Amino acid sequence: MTYVDGNALAGPLREIFAVDLTAASGQCVACGQTGPVAALRVYTSAPGLVARCPGCDEVVLRLVRGPSGAWLDLRGCVSLQIPL
Amino acid sequence: MLSAGPTPRIPLESWQFAITTEAGQQHHWSWLELLALPSQTPTVDLHCVTKWSKLSTSWRGVSLDVLLEEVETAADFALAHSYGGYTTNLPLEDLLDGQAWIVYEYDGAPLPPEHGGPARLLVPHLYLWKSAKWVRGIQLLLEDEPGFWETAGYHDYGDPWREQRYQGD
Ligand SMILES: [Zn+2]
Repeated sequence: MTYVDGNALAGPLREIFAVDLTAASGQCVACGQTGPVAALRVYTSAPGLVARCPGCDEVVLRLVRGPSGAWLDLRGCVSLQIPL
Repeated sequence: MLSAGPTPRIPLESWQFAITTEAGQQHHWSWLELLALPSQTPTVDLHCVTKWSKLSTSWRGVSLDVLLEEVETAADFALAHSYGGYTTNLPLEDLLDGQAWIVYEYDGAPLPPEHGGPARLLVPHLYLWKSAKWVRGIQLLLEDEPGFWETAGYHDYGDPWREQRYQGD
């Protein structure tokens, strides 16, 4: 067995999203700049939230909240370092 | 005004609109070439996914029927690209038969950058996120390719009359 199903993420993700992610530090895929989520430029007058890198304006994070769920796209982020 | 990023400012001298076929053939128009094409003045209702509608808005622009007239394609799908990086997908048939325009005037005045100027796509029978602001091109595709909001939970087609807001609606 080389992998387990996504249920294995439940515990870790619950812990992560229970903290204030704005203090987490991320690196922009496009330009490599590192900084806290709180320093991203967030465009809110759109169908979803679009957070862009303050260094290069590329999209780092997108969050769409539907009536029965949310979509989170972190493709623009190398990784998030989350203080716990 | 809905915006997912900073407002692009495109000088008219360097502005260009291009249609690229699935075979890689490109047809392009400069600003003056676009203005030289026969224009129409559609008056249409707009439907935003955030639940407001704006009735009887008046525009001037070029029908996609005119722009696609000389384009040879077997594509069923289109992906609109904008200055600033935005994309949105729609079936090619929704751009044809008087349903879509590249517009450059709103209410009798040049379209300001905040409203998507110098030119934007206008597809009033679909939710407004399909009417790409700051449009710079349309890519014709054999396979559907979801755009900016369509890859983040929004509906692939976006019919306001069927309230197709999110995936699964
Ligand atoms: Zn960056």
